[in-house]
Amino acid sequence: MRARLILWGIAALLLIALPPLATALGQPYYVDLARRILILAIAAISLNLILGYGGLVSFGHAAYLGIGAYAVGILGFYGIANGWIHLLVAIGASALVAAAIGAVSIRASGIYFIMITLAFTQMLYYLGISLDVYGGDDGMRLKSRSQFAGLVDLRDPVAFYYVALGVMLLFVFLTYRIVNSRFGMALRAAKSNEARSRAIGFPPYPYRLAAFIIAGAMCGVAGALYANHTGYITPGLMAWHQSGEMMFMVILGGMASTAGPVLGTFALLLVEEVLKGWTEHWQVILGPLLVLSVVFFRRGLAGIFFKPDA
Amino acid sequence: MALLFEQLLNGLQYGVMLFLMAAGLTLVFGIMNLVNLAHGSLYMVGAYLAVTATQWTGNYLLGVALGLAGTLVVGMAVEVIALRTLYERDHLDQVLATFGLILFFNELIAIVWGRAPLYSSLPPWLQGHIKLFAGSTYPVYRAAVIVVGLLVAALLWYVVTRTRLGMLIRAGASNRTMVGALGVNIKLLYTVVFGCGAALAGLAGLMAGPIYAVQPGMGELILIQVFVVIVIGGIGSIRGALVGAIIVGVVDTLGRAFLKPLLGTMIPPTAAEAAGPALASMLIYLLMAVVLAVKPAGLFANR
Repeated sequence: MRARLILWGIAALLLIALPPLATALGQPYYVDLARRILILAIAAISLNLILGYGGLVSFGHAAYLGIGAYAVGILGFYGIANGWIHLLVAIGASALVAAAIGAVSIRASGIYFIMITLAFTQMLYYLGISLDVYGGDDGMRLKSRSQFAGLVDLRDPVAFYYVALGVMLLFVFLTYRIVNSRFGMALRAAKSNEARSRAIGFPPYPYRLAAFIIAGAMCGVAGALYANHTGYITPGLMAWHQSGEMMFMVILGGMASTAGPVLGTFALLLVEEVLKGWTEHWQVILGPLLVLSVVFFRRGLAGIFFKPDA
Repeated sequence: MALLFEQLLNGLQYGVMLFLMAAGLTLVFGIMNLVNLAHGSLYMVGAYLAVTATQWTGNYLLGVALGLAGTLVVGMAVEVIALRTLYERDHLDQVLATFGLILFFNELIAIVWGRAPLYSSLPPWLQGHIKLFAGSTYPVYRAAVIVVGLLVAALLWYVVTRTRLGMLIRAGASNRTMVGALGVNIKLLYTVVFGCGAALAGLAGLMAGPIYAVQPGMGELILIQVFVVIVIGGIGSIRGALVGAIIVGVVDTLGRAFLKPLLGTMIPPTAAEAAGPALASMLIYLLMAVVLAVKPAGLFANR
């Protein structure tokens, strides 16, 4: 436990030190890259809650990234720039959609669950494409960033970076608390043995649905931040490639571990960045790498440092 | 009325193609317990190989035959190289690994053929229209797709229920350890079944070529609709795949054709203009939700 806290401390210090270092080296691009990674790490943390701890293989988590982003975009479109309202709507809308999708799909299990979550996210993706008012297929530029008057200005790249870092660390802590609470234990029990958990009086459905909604809401926050990061929203955020990548962030890092999704997001996006530097056809290398990682690298990056929690 | 009939036929034509995809996917799932997202990539490979082979040989039928054979070989190679190790793994691993394969295939196709869509040409005897009733006509090619699809469905039914191979497939689906213990070369059987599924996907892809654009990523669009088909029909059931495919094909096509004018009669035209296409593209997913609410394991669940 103490070793972990020390490692977390070192990681946090490194991340805090990154913007001044990057500026000193004259490479402000790295702040941008790291911010994107941190925001997507938030999404991966939320997915890990249901995928890693809940055993719910959701192939549609990008939906909530998109909903969070669209919440910011659409509110801004109608002239509402208040960041707190943006966040509130992003969380509320994501939770609502997660409740609807979860209520239908959690009844199913295994491969059905995978296909159903994928199909519903695809439905939202097509909805995004058909919304011509908000840019349709091409997407829409944000009129303004979310405004948190007096607190922080998201147009400042370094300030925004620290916001993303803060939110990510907060969510790491939140997930840790959720997973180790009574609720989290019931959730994990349902994953490891559904029949037994039912027998001792914990029917999995309500716990899974609640976790699904919490994860959706958390990912909605990531979506709202992501819209502010790119200054642009597109239906592509909800595309199934995005869902697939998010699953890989969790898996590469190590499922059901606190640090896993963060490590995995850094690993995947940094590898992508390196490959993109090499060749335009980077996916032809990434694809087989991912296949190999699934076949041979079972425990993920976190497995190198820690024993898996569950 | 003529328009409705034509759109119904279009729906049937799309449904038949969905069925070819769904049949392969559901066979592979039923017998090997493998979720293969890369099935859409095989559809794409079939389309590209057929277009190229047709240009090469100058003969459409030869091109089709080469495209089918090529997809069969690619499918078997993928099974032997990448997927064989995944049968014993859980669905999550299978989904992830085949997701990696999709990235690979899309990019490989983009490297070899470029990202711009290819257009395939048809021989003269497949162009033109046939007369239906009362002066309405229908493209020969689409009619041919329907006929081929239904013939393949019949052939598949025959193979699965009436031949030795079909017997092994059904036996493998219900208890593979036992089939292996009885002296059947289960590895070979798996490779053959996967290859056949790949060829079916390739057939769907090469038939789709002249109707839709042949481009990288074309497989994913249809793949997700195929998932809807399988969820509606019931996993592992070929009959369910056929019924589900035709329902999805017809509902999707009719929705795109008639939902907007239909809504226009009920709500203001400007609202219908906006809501029509949105609702039409969501229709089959809503249908899936309804089916799941009534029959959680699909219409023809057999497991």
